[in-house]
Amino acid sequence: MAELTMIEAIRAALSRAMEEDPDIIIFGEDVGIDGGVFRATDGLFQRFGSSRVRDTPLSEALIAGMAVGAAAHGLRPVAEIQFTGFIYPALDQMANHASRLRNRTRGRLTCPMVLRAPYGGGIKAPEHHSESIEALLAHIPGLRVVIPSAPARAYGLLLAAIRDPDPVVFLEPKRLYRSTSEAVEDTGEALPLDKAFVLQEGTDLTIVTWGAMVKDVTEATLQLAESGISVELIDLATLKPIDRATIRASVEKTGRCVIVHEAPLTAGLGAEISADLAEHCLTSLLAPIKRVTGFDTVMPYLRLEAHYMPDTARIMDAARNVMEFS
Amino acid sequence: MPTRSAGFQISCSAFLDAAGKPIGDLPEFARNKDTLVALYSAMVKTRTFDSKAIALQRTGQLGTYASSLGQEAIGVGVASAMTDDDVFLPSFREHGAQLWRGVSLKELFLYWGGDERGNDFAKSRQDFPVCIPVASQFPQAAGVALAKVQKGDPGAAVVVAGDGATSKGDFYEAMNVVGAWNLPVVFVINNNQWAISVPREDQTAAKTLAQKAIACGIPGEQVDGNDVIAVQAIVARALTRARAGKGGMLIECLSYRLGDHTTADDASRYREDAEVSAHWQQEPLVRLRNHLVATHGWTKEDEQLLLRTCKEEVEVATDTYLATAPEPARAMFDTLFAKAPADIAAFAEEAENG
Repeated sequence: MAELTMIEAIRAALSRAMEEDPDIIIFGEDVGIDGGVFRATDGLFQRFGSSRVRDTPLSEALIAGMAVGAAAHGLRPVAEIQFTGFIYPALDQMANHASRLRNRTRGRLTCPMVLRAPYGGGIKAPEHHSESIEALLAHIPGLRVVIPSAPARAYGLLLAAIRDPDPVVFLEPKRLYRSTSEAVEDTGEALPLDKAFVLQEGTDLTIVTWGAMVKDVTEATLQLAESGISVELIDLATLKPIDRATIRASVEKTGRCVIVHEAPLTAGLGAEISADLAEHCLTSLLAPIKRVTGFDTVMPYLRLEAHYMPDTARIMDAARNVMEFS
Repeated sequence: MPTRSAGFQISCSAFLDAAGKPIGDLPEFARNKDTLVALYSAMVKTRTFDSKAIALQRTGQLGTYASSLGQEAIGVGVASAMTDDDVFLPSFREHGAQLWRGVSLKELFLYWGGDERGNDFAKSRQDFPVCIPVASQFPQAAGVALAKVQKGDPGAAVVVAGDGATSKGDFYEAMNVVGAWNLPVVFVINNNQWAISVPREDQTAAKTLAQKAIACGIPGEQVDGNDVIAVQAIVARALTRARAGKGGMLIECLSYRLGDHTTADDASRYREDAEVSAHWQQEPLVRLRNHLVATHGWTKEDEQLLLRTCKEEVEVATDTYLATAPEPARAMFDTLFAKAPADIAAFAEEAENG
C-alpha cells in the first residue's frame, strides 16, 4: 500500500476515475501540460491526452458554465478553479444553474460535475489566495460541498464526488496538500458523501471541525488528553449535506461541543451546527457551545496570517473554558 | 514596428424588404410555397400565443411574461434551420423557436404560469429551458458543444440572447473559447434595440454587435431579423459550417421590441410612441404575408383559416393549462437531487403538512 500525500491521493483518484469512465474530462487553468499549479493533475495530460485534460482560457465563469453544459449533455466534467479567491465569477453558474438544473427541469437535464478548488490559508500565498468560503457555497440549495482533511479521505471523497449524479464543490485544504502522507489503497472505493468521520472517540467534549483545522484540533486533542480531557473529534468532511445525526449523537454523549473553522465567525457553518444542537440537544448540553474561528475581517496577507488562523492555543482555551463551565 | 491589425467588414443579409418584395434571388427553400406557409404559420401561432399570454397575465392567470412581439422571425428562423441533432439554449424571448422545436403550448403556459413541469419538455428533451440570468447560457452552449465534439455526436449548440447580453463577460468568454477550441456553437443575438430601458446605442460604442466576434477569431454577420427567410438561411449556413468542423459563428439579428420588456415593464416611460409606430412598418409577419399573397396566391380565406386554427389551438392549450392542478408542495424537493440527503425528507414533510 502506497504512502501518499493529499495531492498525490487526489491525483490517484482523478486518474482512477478517468480510467474507469471515458466521459470524465478535466479542464481548468494550467491543468494540462503544467499539471496544475499544485500538480493535482500532474501527468494526466500525458496519460489521457489533450482532449480529456484541457487547458481553458483564463475565464472562471466559462469554466463553471462550460461544465454545466457539458454535464447536461453526457460528460462528467471535473473542472478546476485555481484558487477560491478566483471562484466568485463561477458562483453565478453554480448558484443559478448547476444547483438548479435537475430541479427546474424536473429531472430532465442533470448536472453531474465536480468543481475542485484549493482553499484556505497557512501557506504564505499572495493576496486573494487564502480565503475559506465554504459557508457561501453550503448556503446554495442543490449543491454538495465536500472538504477532505487527510489523503485517504481525499481519495475516497473525490471518487464519490466524481461519481455523484449531482454537482459537487470539492474544496481542498492546500495547507495539507503535502504536509503529511498516509497509506492510501488505490482500490477505487469511494466514501459516502453524507457521513461525518469520528476520528477519535471520547467522552468529555465533542470537537467538530473540517479541512486543515483537523490537524490543529488533533494536536490540541493530544494535549487535552494529557490533562485528562477525553475529546471526541469529528471531521465533518461533507459540509452540505451536514451529517447532523452524527454530531447530535456525539453531543448527547459528551454534553459539550466546540466547533472549529478557519472561515470567519458570523454566518459561518459553526453557526448552523450550533443552532442545530441548540434546537435538538438542549437538554444534553452541560455547557454553552463554543466556536473557535477566523475573525470577521478580510483574510490578512502573509505577515499577519498566523494571527488570523485559529491555532492550538485558542482551541485549547475554548475546550478548557467549556470543561470548566458549571 | 507596430503590428497591423486585420481590417474587417460586417455584412448584413436580407431577402425580403419591409413590403415583402424579394431583394434579388430567394434561396432555394424559400421558393417553395409549403415551406413559406409553414414559416408564416409558425410566426402567426407564436404571436397568437403571445397575445393570449399577455391577456392571461393581465387577468392574474399567468406570471410575469416576456413578449416576443415583432421578433417572431428570429425564433422561427433559427429553429427551422436546426435539426434534432442540435441543442437549443434560449433566453426568455424565443417562444417561436421553442414551439417549432416541439415544446407544446401547454408547456409554455405552464412555465410562464410558474410551474417547473413546463421545462420538462415531452419533445426536444435535449434542449435547455429558458435562461433568465442574462448571457449565462453562452458558456453552457460551449459546454454542450464540447460534449458533442468529445463524444463524436453530430450537431451543434445554438444559443440565443438579446443585445444587452453582448455587454456581459459570459458572452465574450464563451465566444473566446469557441474560437480557441473550434467548437460547434452558433451564437444568435436578438438585437431588438432595447435592454429594458437602455437603448442599443447606450449599450456599446461598437457599430455592430456582430463585430464583437472578430476579436474572438470567429466570423460575425448581421441579418435582417424581421426577415424569416434571411434568418433561416444564415443560421443554416452557420450550422453547416459548425457541423463540418469549421467552428462557431455570431449572427446579429436586427429587429425591434414592439412590446414592453415584460408584462412588469412600461416602455412608455423611456421611449416615444412614434419610434414604436415606425417599427411597426418593418415587422416580420406582414412582409411574409405580402410575399405569399403576391407570389403564392395566399388568399383571405387562407389567412382567416390560419388565424382561426391558431386561436383554437391556443385556446385548447389555455384550457388544459388552467385545468392543470399545481404539483404537491413536496415537488420542490423531489428532483433537487438524484438521491435526496437525509434532511431533505424532513423539509418535504414539513412543506407538505405545514
